[in-house]
Amino acid sequence: MANWIKTTNNSRINLGDIPILSIENLREEIIAVNKRPIGFFGKDWGFGSVRLFVLLADDENSEILVSSTIFKSDEKSYESLTQVIPSFHIFEREFYEQFGIEPLHHPWLKPVRINQDKYPFFEMEGEEVHQVAVGPIHAGVIEPGHFRFMCNGETVYHLEIMLGYQHRGCEELMLKRPSNQLAESICGDSVIAYNTAYSQVMELLKGIKVSNRAQLIRKAALEMERMAIHIGDLGAIAGDIAYLMGASVFGATRTLVINTTLEFCGSRFGRGFVTEGGVNFDLTQDKINSALKTLDKVIKDVERMTNTMLKNSTVMSRLEKTGVVSMERAKEAGLVGMAAKASGVDLDSRFDYPDKWMKELKIERKSFNASGDVNARFKLRYKEILQSYSIVKKIFAKLEEHINEPIIADGVSNKLMKDSLAISIVEGWRGEVVHIAMTDINGELSRYKMKDPSFNNWYGLALAVRNNGVSDFPLCNKSFNLSYSGNDL
Amino acid sequence: MFDTLKSRIFQGKQYIEDIKNAPMRDQFRGFPKLHSGIDCSGCEEICPTGALKTNPLSIDMGKCTFCGACERACNAIEFTNGYKLTASDIEKLIVTPESTYEDYLQSAVEVKKEIVKVFGKSLKLRQVSAAGCNGCEMELNACSNVNFDMGRFGIDFVASPRHADGIVITGPISDNMAYALEDCYKSVPNPKLVILCGTCAISGGVFQESSKLNREFLEKYPVDLYIPGCPVHPLTFINGILSYIQG
Repeated sequence: MANWIKTTNNSRINLGDIPILSIENLREEIIAVNKRPIGFFGKDWGFGSVRLFVLLADDENSEILVSSTIFKSDEKSYESLTQVIPSFHIFEREFYEQFGIEPLHHPWLKPVRINQDKYPFFEMEGEEVHQVAVGPIHAGVIEPGHFRFMCNGETVYHLEIMLGYQHRGCEELMLKRPSNQLAESICGDSVIAYNTAYSQVMELLKGIKVSNRAQLIRKAALEMERMAIHIGDLGAIAGDIAYLMGASVFGATRTLVINTTLEFCGSRFGRGFVTEGGVNFDLTQDKINSALKTLDKVIKDVERMTNTMLKNSTVMSRLEKTGVVSMERAKEAGLVGMAAKASGVDLDSRFDYPDKWMKELKIERKSFNASGDVNARFKLRYKEILQSYSIVKKIFAKLEEHINEPIIADGVSNKLMKDSLAISIVEGWRGEVVHIAMTDINGELSRYKMKDPSFNNWYGLALAVRNNGVSDFPLCNKSFNLSYSGNDL
Repeated sequence: MFDTLKSRIFQGKQYIEDIKNAPMRDQFRGFPKLHSGIDCSGCEEICPTGALKTNPLSIDMGKCTFCGACERACNAIEFTNGYKLTASDIEKLIVTPESTYEDYLQSAVEVKKEIVKVFGKSLKLRQVSAAGCNGCEMELNACSNVNFDMGRFGIDFVASPRHADGIVITGPISDNMAYALEDCYKSVPNPKLVILCGTCAISGGVFQESSKLNREFLEKYPVDLYIPGCPVHPLTFINGILSYIQG
């Protein structure tokens, strides 16, 4: 039997087909293959044993490699992978926290979601070294998390980020009571991305086919989500450098986009839009026409404001060379999505794992001149807004060809296929949202694993603020705008 | 300089002038209208949070995520675009076939003279996200943007609890946030308000069965206002606060 089973995005495989290697063997294989981890999680395998599933993304070949190993009840440790491939650091920490199997010689085996108060923070000593502690409750209206800066005067040596305050046990809840409503409440700024990933996983397990029309509507909703949040973030970045004109204009412009989503589905953030089997709301031609009119105005406003900002030297002096993450570091830390792209690591699951629409709609990858600083993340957002707008326009035009299709599949069954693993990756605005569901021998959900792009990217923020002024932290933070709830689950 | 001015001129006026009577799009799912006499047995299972009860028919807006699943399945339920959903008593959030939106507007928020006197012209709030998903948080931020401009009524979010007149809680209150939340509450000087914002904060919402929550705070301390929504619309929030502090 081969060491890996190869699959693709949005696919279901039989649990029986997943190879089981010894941990030593699996470790060697992971190092030899040397691909990006997108899943590294355990599952109780009876009698105190734990099965570890590993999913690696082969982005060049649009393939996902799956393998596993079993730890017997008395096997409580293994040689960590992080020593060799640093991007495993957070995955191994999570696995240790959930199943108590220790990755030996892990460089920094600290908690991910629990026992924050017992954790001794990294400390430096010296006459001029001081600590700045922030959180869990922050000054603004945002989610909670604790930041500990080790500073020399104004300069940050290191930032340690301690999260987990948002932990609601979403993975367990998904087994208890899976629903679209729960999926969209996990990370409230990526409603469409989460709900689409959840729906696709369930459709795979139930064998439901979604109509072309519904697929297109989902895609349009996802791109509108990307536009709205990116515009909001441009405003937030402007606000953080005290360029209030930008904050006001982008704020008002974002309102137009999310109100368009409200017209589509009754919720400003797209709640209730996507459902298992399709979508709940159809886009009539009237709605499309009015949306196009609004979005056209939005794009003009965004273009005008962005160009005004980028021409302003006081703005540029704050954005340029602030919070730099080099390409090398980004790769090493395993950053994904927008944050990685801004540092020159071009990961985008829409293009890495293209569905049929990417070809049919002739959507092409755009290159980006990445400098890894706040400026790059600012400009990348702007570029993505323009690209999303062109995708939305293409989708709206394409919808005419699929006018008579149902938006929701009939007779959605509740029966899940037995002994299966289904995986779906959706490119949310932050990056890849990965949902993996497993069923047992009775066709019941037995494990639900989610990975938010923030799970990879928080460490990127810690790298970005090194050697920057502590007062630039809010700016760096906003340029990433990572999710606390998506990380904490 | 000229570019900035040009951008400013293109924007014109963005604020909603009359926030108390601001129109809401028809598609918005707000105050539910229930029709009795239609058989809806079996519809209870559709509701993911247990907000819908069918015998007798009622919807608890404190649990409802306004997802609209019951409306699509059952003729007895219809969501109107009524967005003023705030109540000062948790019992008031339960909507029955007898309830009307007009009655609700009249009776849901009990106005107290001393509140109007102390907070009527200025209310500074400290927001605590206790495992909120960032939905309500984004909407609360939107309350202060140029469209809704909550600051003109003297209502603002402040950075320190010491400067605040009350706290706004979002999220189902995770165990990991329970300590920080209580600490924050204790740091707010008296007299102080507690406002629960969003379905998660009021009842736990879709997370109510989670073992990782710790909602003891709500048993210990009195709550002044319940603002339903998933997430809460800025107009719902601002009007809810105004109805309480201005009467």
